[in-house]
Amino acid sequence: MSFNIYDFTSFTQSIHDGLSSVMAPGWVTFTELVIVGIVFLAFYALTGLALVYIERKVCAFIQNRVGPNRVGPYGLFQTVADATKLLLKELLMVHKADKFLFNLAPYIVIVASFMALGALPFAKGLHAIDLNIGVLYILAVTSLSVLGILIAGWSSNSKYSLIGAMRSGAQVVSYELSVGMALLTVVLFTGSMQLSVIVESQVDGWWIFKGHIPAFIALIIYIVASTAEINRGPFDIAEAESELAAGFHTEYSGMKFAFFFLAEYVNMFFVAGLAATVFLGGWMPLHIGGFEAFNRVMDFIPPIIWFFGKTFALIYIIMLFKWTFPRIRIDQLLTLEWKYLLPINLFNILIVALIVMMGWHF
Amino acid sequence: MPSYISEPHQVIIGEDEKYVVNMGPQHPSTHGVLRFELTIKGETIVNLVPHCGYIHRGIEKMCESNTYQQIIHLTDRLDYMSAHQNNEAVSLCVEKALGVEVPERAKVVRTILSELSRLSSHLLWWAAFGMDLGALTSFFYAMRDREKILDIFEENTGGRLIQSYICPGGLMYDIQPNFAQRVKDLLAYLRKKLPEYDRLLTGNVIFLNRTQGIGRMSKEMAIDYAVTGPAGRGSGFSCDVRRYEPYSAYDRVEFKEILYTEGDTFARYKVRMDEMWESMKIIDQLIDQIPDGPHTAKMKPVIKLPAGEYYQRVETAKGELGIYIISDGEKNPLRFRLRTPCFSNLFVIDKLAVGTKIADLIAIFGSLDLVIPDIDR
Amino acid sequence: MNGFTKYFSDLFKGVSSLLKGMRLTSGYFLSPGEIVTEQYPENRATLKLPKRAKGEVIMPHDDENHHRCTGCGICENSCPNGSIQVITRKEVNEEGKAIRVIDKHIYHLSMCTFCGLCVKDCPSNALAFSNNFELAVFDRNKLTKVLNRPGSSLKKENKAS
Repeated sequence: MSFNIYDFTSFTQSIHDGLSSVMAPGWVTFTELVIVGIVFLAFYALTGLALVYIERKVCAFIQNRVGPNRVGPYGLFQTVADATKLLLKELLMVHKADKFLFNLAPYIVIVASFMALGALPFAKGLHAIDLNIGVLYILAVTSLSVLGILIAGWSSNSKYSLIGAMRSGAQVVSYELSVGMALLTVVLFTGSMQLSVIVESQVDGWWIFKGHIPAFIALIIYIVASTAEINRGPFDIAEAESELAAGFHTEYSGMKFAFFFLAEYVNMFFVAGLAATVFLGGWMPLHIGGFEAFNRVMDFIPPIIWFFGKTFALIYIIMLFKWTFPRIRIDQLLTLEWKYLLPINLFNILIVALIVMMGWHF
Repeated sequence: MPSYISEPHQVIIGEDEKYVVNMGPQHPSTHGVLRFELTIKGETIVNLVPHCGYIHRGIEKMCESNTYQQIIHLTDRLDYMSAHQNNEAVSLCVEKALGVEVPERAKVVRTILSELSRLSSHLLWWAAFGMDLGALTSFFYAMRDREKILDIFEENTGGRLIQSYICPGGLMYDIQPNFAQRVKDLLAYLRKKLPEYDRLLTGNVIFLNRTQGIGRMSKEMAIDYAVTGPAGRGSGFSCDVRRYEPYSAYDRVEFKEILYTEGDTFARYKVRMDEMWESMKIIDQLIDQIPDGPHTAKMKPVIKLPAGEYYQRVETAKGELGIYIISDGEKNPLRFRLRTPCFSNLFVIDKLAVGTKIADLIAIFGSLDLVIPDIDR
Repeated sequence: MNGFTKYFSDLFKGVSSLLKGMRLTSGYFLSPGEIVTEQYPENRATLKLPKRAKGEVIMPHDDENHHRCTGCGICENSCPNGSIQVITRKEVNEEGKAIRVIDKHIYHLSMCTFCGLCVKDCPSNALAFSNNFELAVFDRNKLTKVLNRPGSSLKKENKAS
């Protein structure tokens, strides 16, 4: 087994060869799918746990206090304790709720984020689903979570959950437009929707530098719109405690609530990871086209560290949004999208199209 | 189904799609136990009825069986953020009735403590207001700074929130020798921290959109409903008792009465932020000149007010507090009536909030700065 | 044209105000300065409360188990809600006179409002506030305390003759 931290293709190839020598090709594919599924499940759970702990520590430092520090050294096992508590809680069933839909809703949300996570390129050779319509696939799959939210609100048989779900549904559907169009700018620059091609095209510089102003505007719009997509930060009216309608997941308890909770955090990771891939180069180190010595030094750090570093920098920015700003009212939220973000987005795409035609990008 | 479980009733949605909802006594935003009965249509509030009384403890009745020194500890627990100002109000009323002259040292220290408790009340208001609107960090910044004020209170009076320190005649004990130095250090610290609050909330575009133009109260409405304090001054109603009927050491300090004319939530917010700076200016003028002398006048152990009616008003952090005592010559008052500011300030909310959205109700309610025990006594 | 410029100036002013707020909070994240959180149960040894902090009311006894309470009952009258009960008994002192001596000074911690009137009004300074604030108990009867210790007696004042 050759393990090269700079290029995982040799590692995955050696696993594939090892399996092919012991079983038939059909079984090899099946075993590989099972292995990938298990690895992703473990990664999903670990990311969720780690992000909950990181958020609590980040918000504690912003608020000039300490955060969890009793359960384990520096409070590292706090999320494990929280997860154990949620596992042991009674799963309440709301009276006269639609049982099938009530149980189905958390799974839809989890499955949607799971499917999206598989399409991210983590490092060279660590790319589970590499479709040639990568960006389109991601947009399609993340739209499934709206279904989960609406089903959760409807099947809870409570007027407050329904109001919260409708508000949340309106918010998510509006901001999907901005997300899609912000990603379109980089697709225009690259000429392909395949994520690995987008990452490869940033070998002489990230698109945020090569595409200068339009790409920068697109990144800002993307971060704002996707924070609204995942119901976080200043856009969290759906789950705000100090408002009246308490949101679509009010009636859920125990592990089903934990699913919604976990899906929100892993969605945050996914959104940051996608921004890092498309705008900041994914696993590509920081290269400046033409400075060979600089590029060699940057190549020294393994690509997987680059990917996680960029992702966590963007996650920090998303967390900062939540803990600094007050909440936006629902009508101001929709005003922001339809009157500000969407026109700027459309204008941006026009400019990008002009730049690509004229060859004015780097 | 067992008989003790009642049949679930259908949700009845009235004609015109209005439905009634309780913003119940326990709610994170109502700062105490207050119930709002909201009739909403979609997201807009059509009718609003506040129900108070969940924390009525019968303070006025209890005061009828207590002597005048024992009333002090009960008034602490009204608007507990301005405990010193409540104690001062009762003490001033009793001293006015008896004709007792309070020594200068006590007057100056009373004023300094009043302004410190006004500062601490406004800091807590800012913390809770930011938290209600969703900016959760504002809570921690303001509470961290408020702790320094409470440390000074604990050192001198023994209690952080409930002090019972200002009593008829003067002060209960003399202040500690390092009082002036600690207050000066505190003011230097606060002057560095208050601009940070402006950076976090006041200039923020999201905050401005949530508070400007919301809950407009005209000056006539403020006068009609007797909305005093910063809530009234945000509409241009000039009602500062410290200026019109100065008591304690207020006649020898220079300070501005903060008035804004817009009358919306943001104006009330700005009034309180500016009042914090004015309080610091007042303390600055007094802190270096605390006169020496006795800390209390000589009072008889048993205080009996001459028969008659006595009224004293005081500017607490929330508005004008009035103490009305009817005495028949005994050592207990015949009738002890409190005119609390939050009671009048509460009942203007149905005029302000009807026609707005639920999220605006939270902002308006936060800007009125109500402490529920003050409403219910 | 006016609306056009207003649109963009609103946008830029809004974004810059948001950035100011973010700079403040990330400043706190990167250099928190002084963390004021006290790790409470672990720091009991170094915890110092101000001398006047109102814990519970105690009757200070000196090394020979003397207190200063004469059983006059002024604290019982001053207390607003009857948290103090003073029970006295008659004793014959060495000069043969029948005097009043404190038998039990009962203090109901469950009803005390910490107003401080008993401490202030006592003519012989027999009562004081301690700094002990950990007063929670599991049994309500433990909240009724007898402040004078068993076997203690009034401190004899040396009167200048």
